[in-house]
Formats: sequence, C-alpha cells, structure tokens
Amino acid sequence: MSTRPATLDTMRRLPEYLVIWVPLLLAAGHLISFALWTIWVSFTPSTLVPVTGWVGLRNYNAVLATRNWNIAFDNLLLFGTAFVLLSLLMGLGLAILLDQRIRGENVLRSIFLYPLALSFVVTGTAWSWLLNPGIGIQKLVNNLGWTSFRFDWLIDRDMAIWTIVIAAVWQSSGFAMALFLAGLRSVDADLVKAAQIDGAGPLRIYRRVILPVLWPITVTVVVIQLQFAITTFDLVRALTGGGPGIATQLPALVVYDFMFQRGLLGRGAAAAVLMLLTLLAVLLPYWAWRYVQHRRASRA
Amino acid sequence: MSALTIRDVSKKFGATEVLKDINLEIGSGEFTVLVGPSGCGKSTLLNIIAGLERQSAGTIRIADRVVNDVAPKDRDIAMVFQSYALYPSMTVRQNITFGMECRNVPRPQRDEAVARVARLLQIEALLERKPAQLSGGQRQRVAMGRALVRDPLLFLFDEPLSNLDAQLRVEMRMEIKQLHQRLGSTMVYVTHDQIEAMTLATRIAVMRQGVVQQFADPETVYNRPANLFVARFMGAPPMNTLPARLEAAPDGTVAVIGDVRLPVPAEAGRWIGREVVLGIRPECIAESTRHFTDTPGAVITMTAPVEMVEPTGAETIVVLRLGNERVLGRVSPDLRHRPGDTAPFTVDTRKVSLFDPTTGDRVV
Repeated sequence: MSTRPATLDTMRRLPEYLVIWVPLLLAAGHLISFALWTIWVSFTPSTLVPVTGWVGLRNYNAVLATRNWNIAFDNLLLFGTAFVLLSLLMGLGLAILLDQRIRGENVLRSIFLYPLALSFVVTGTAWSWLLNPGIGIQKLVNNLGWTSFRFDWLIDRDMAIWTIVIAAVWQSSGFAMALFLAGLRSVDADLVKAAQIDGAGPLRIYRRVILPVLWPITVTVVVIQLQFAITTFDLVRALTGGGPGIATQLPALVVYDFMFQRGLLGRGAAAAVLMLLTLLAVLLPYWAWRYVQHRRASRA
Repeated sequence: MSALTIRDVSKKFGATEVLKDINLEIGSGEFTVLVGPSGCGKSTLLNIIAGLERQSAGTIRIADRVVNDVAPKDRDIAMVFQSYALYPSMTVRQNITFGMECRNVPRPQRDEAVARVARLLQIEALLERKPAQLSGGQRQRVAMGRALVRDPLLFLFDEPLSNLDAQLRVEMRMEIKQLHQRLGSTMVYVTHDQIEAMTLATRIAVMRQGVVQQFADPETVYNRPANLFVARFMGAPPMNTLPARLEAAPDGTVAVIGDVRLPVPAEAGRWIGREVVLGIRPECIAESTRHFTDTPGAVITMTAPVEMVEPTGAETIVVLRLGNERVLGRVSPDLRHRPGDTAPFTVDTRKVSLFDPTTGDRVV
C-alpha cells in the first residue's frame, strides 16, 4: 500500500527521466567510450585502420620527436598565453568602459558580443581576407595613399601566429566582456562611495576595491579561454591552414594531420591523448579550486 | 557655531524634483535624524552632504566652509552605509586603515589609530578577519570603526541598522547613542524608522516628497506635530485623527465629535464654528481608573463600544468608537475588554492637536 504512491510518482515522472537521462547517458557514453578507444589506439601499431597489438609508448615517443608537434606545442604556449591575456584585458577594458553609464550601452554590448555568434570558420575566413596583403587592410591603406604601408603578418613565418591571436581575441573578448560586466554590475555601489570618502582615486578604487571582487570571474574566464585555445582547430584551418609552411601548427592540426592525411592512427591518437592531458592540466586544478571554494562557502 | 548648514538646497533628476528648498542648520554636537518614508529624498540629501551627489541649487557648509565644490574625501566627513560597504578583499584592519593609506599616514600612526578604535568598539579579536567571516552585528561595528578612525567633523549614517534583526537593532541603537554621548560629535542619521528617530535624535527633520515637514526636537515633533503627515508618521500606533467641529462652551472651546465634547486649548477660539481635524495620541485614551492629571477640566470620562482588542504584553491596544469615529486607545493589560463590550474610558485632552482640514497644517 505504501509503495503505490511512489510507483505512481515514478510513472508520472517517467517522461522527465527519459528526456534527461537518455541523452545524457548517450552523450557521456559516446564521449567516454571514444576517449577510452583513442587511448587504447594510442598504444597500438595502428596505421590506416585500427589494429590490435601493443607497442607501449612508442607512438608517444615518435610524436614528441617530430618537429611538427614541437612547433605546434610552442605555438600553443605562445598563442594560449597571448590570446588569454589579450582577450582578458580587452574584455575587462571594454567592460569598464561600458560600465561608465554611457549612452547606447545595449547596442554596443550587442556589437561586442556579436562575434561570438559566428562560427570560427567564418571568423577565420573573414580575417584571412582582411589580413591578406593583396586584398585586405594593407591594400586598403596602400590605395589611400600610404603606399609603403606593410601589414603582411599572414604570410610572414614569424608573425603568422599573431594573426590567429588577433582573430581569436576579436572573436572572444566580447564573451570576457560580458562576464566582467556582470561582475562589475554586481559590485555594491556603496563600496565605491565608501572608497571615495576614504579618499581613493579612480585608479586605486579599481585596483584595491573593485578588481579584487572580480578575481573569481577572472579565473573562470581564463579557464574557459585556455580550454578553447588548447582545442583550437577550425580557426587556424580557415585562417592559415597551419602555414606558411608549418609556422602556425597547433596540436589539433597535428592530430588531424597524423590521422587523416598520413594515415597514422596510432600516432594521431597519441597526439590526441597528449592534448587531453594538457586540458586536464588546466581543468584539474580549476576543479580542485572550485571544490575548495564551494567547501569554504558552505562552511561560512 | 553651526557644524552643518544646508541653505536652499534642491535636487532635480531630469524633470523630477526630489529635494525642494531644504534649509537646515545643525549645531555642533547635535544628533540630527532625517526621517521619512522611502522616496522622500532623505538619502539623496545625505549623499549631497557627503558630496557623493551634487545639488542642483543651494549651498552646503560644513563648519562654516562652503563645500559645494569640495570632493567627498576633503569634506572631513565619515559615513556608515546601510550595506556596511566593507571592502570584501581586505581584512578588518585594512578596511579601517584604507582611508589613512590613501592619505599616506605613516604606519605607526595607523596602528595606533586602529588600536584605539578597536578597543572602543571591542573588535580587537576580529582585526585579521575578512568581512565574509563576520556576523551582521560585527560588520556593523567594523563599519562604525572605519568611520570613527577618521575623527571627522561630521558623521553621516545611512540607515545603518536596517539590515540587522530586531534584537540586534535595539542593542546597536543604544550603542550608537552611547557613542554620541561619549564622543560629542555631530551626527546626521538617515532612517525610515520613527522609533530610531525618536530614541536617537536631539533634533528630527521629518521629510516627505523632498520637503522638510518639521525640524524640531523629538518631544515637539511628537507632541506638537506641524501637520497631519508628521502626526500620522511619528508614533506607533499612530496618532488618531478625526474630523471635529469647534464650538463655544461656557468654560472655553470644545471639539464636537458626534456625541462627544472634548475641551480644547483656548487659542483655538478663532476656529469656533468651523470644521477641523482633531489629533489625539492613543496613550491619551485609557481605562477610566487611570489618573492623568489634577488639572481641572483637562480630563473627561466617557463610555464607548469596544471593537477590537490587541494585547501586546506591556499594554493592550483597544479599538473603540469615539463619537462614531474609530480610534485607538492604550489601556492596562490587566483589563479584559471584549469586542462588543461597552466600557468607560478616560481621555486626556491636554495634548490634543488641531489641524486645518484643507491644508493639513497645525492650527493649535
């Protein structure tokens, strides 16, 4: 008798369970099973098709020894650092400017956020036109009369990686701005008044009072942007294709190259696992930090 | 010497006038409370005194110096906020010394000042904590500490107690009053709570819709309210206000309310034959055995039907009919009136107020 209402309750909520759990399990199963499969392949001598067998760390050693991978990883360090820092600064700067109660704030906010709605392929293609010395910015400035103007980073081996930074910052600093703006708006206005009475100038108010309040948001922005930086593929593919030469290779392109262009599944899988480890190196500390924060908050 | 002079100050936001020709003169050592319902402009006025907002017209003087163009930090003021506004990333000590840090006060002096204030407010044990680790009452104390450490010409309080629970509010109210008595500083305090205003103030400015309705000591505001708004706003339960007609009687003037005739002060003579609004505090209506005064003719006794009874413990509020008008009286809790009873009551008419029914202004 007492179990009947519970059963009825379960029956009534069955659609909810189905709608939530089935897709969730499918997605998680997909993700986890393919991740495990990739890890397994990375230890096999697979080439064009997956084969069984065990080669230990040979694939990893081989990948780590290639010039391709090393350039890609150096690029990732430079691109990741520059992109995260610049988008952070741009986002914070835009948010602070928008927070000055200016006119047309809603319009500007939408404009700054708009690039986020674009696919990376579109961003990459558009910037590849803009940065192309023959048809883009350089050509425009040259035509305006400044004929000696050069802006040819896209075809410059040493500077090409910065074109990816530019496009990525353009695409995602609006996102950082939105998070920072929300943070700035949550700062108690009385804090600023109190600091004014205490005699702090605008710079000191930002440095000592407002920005410290924003640092949890900063951590979140950094982690999300780093995650994006590590997995960047489509933007580079559309903008430089990894070139000139292999000057703008990134790990995801190396994985693609091994797996689908050279037919070395084992090596590609090993490179993919190395990418996953890089991601975990960012995410695990973040999760630990979140956990500690949560524990501290629930104790207070 | 006046510590703060507010002369013809008005403030407009676009077309809305939130403050209209405010004139207040506050003496040194006074505890002035700005009180009024929300939206009356009291917080705006405080922000203008602090320099956080600028008046549309008029002048502010602090200690006889015009401060219209002086930045908040140079006005020699300190302010306590409703939200406390403690800097969340700083310790209590850093919160208290932040002002001195901004003014480059040397470290030994800072430490000495913190020690003095911490002792005064008994927050020595909290100095190294962050605001998030403090209770509401402790935060309140730290906010006070940050103000006290400046030793300013003027303390400004913006509803500092409204975020505390009822019991703590009463305790902190007493502490603020003691602090004022001990320090003798000039304080301006904003609240919407008329009890805070009555208990703390040496003078109260009652505000409504950007206009000061009355600026006087608590006793005057309570017993001789300048108009109907003040009469109804100050006091809980509020003053009874009922329409009455003044008539001449053999021994003076009486207010006629239905079948009840209440003697009123002789100055009301020029209103004889006209309608007025009569105000009488609930505590002036009590059980018939209460002895108010020996003054002959000041007290009348009547019987009235009881409509409702509200025991509060210390006393009982009764709703009764006085000449067919509903009024509140405050009787001894030992009496057990019941709704529907008719009981004898005694009315003390010495503190009756009379108001002009059209303007609402006090007549007598």
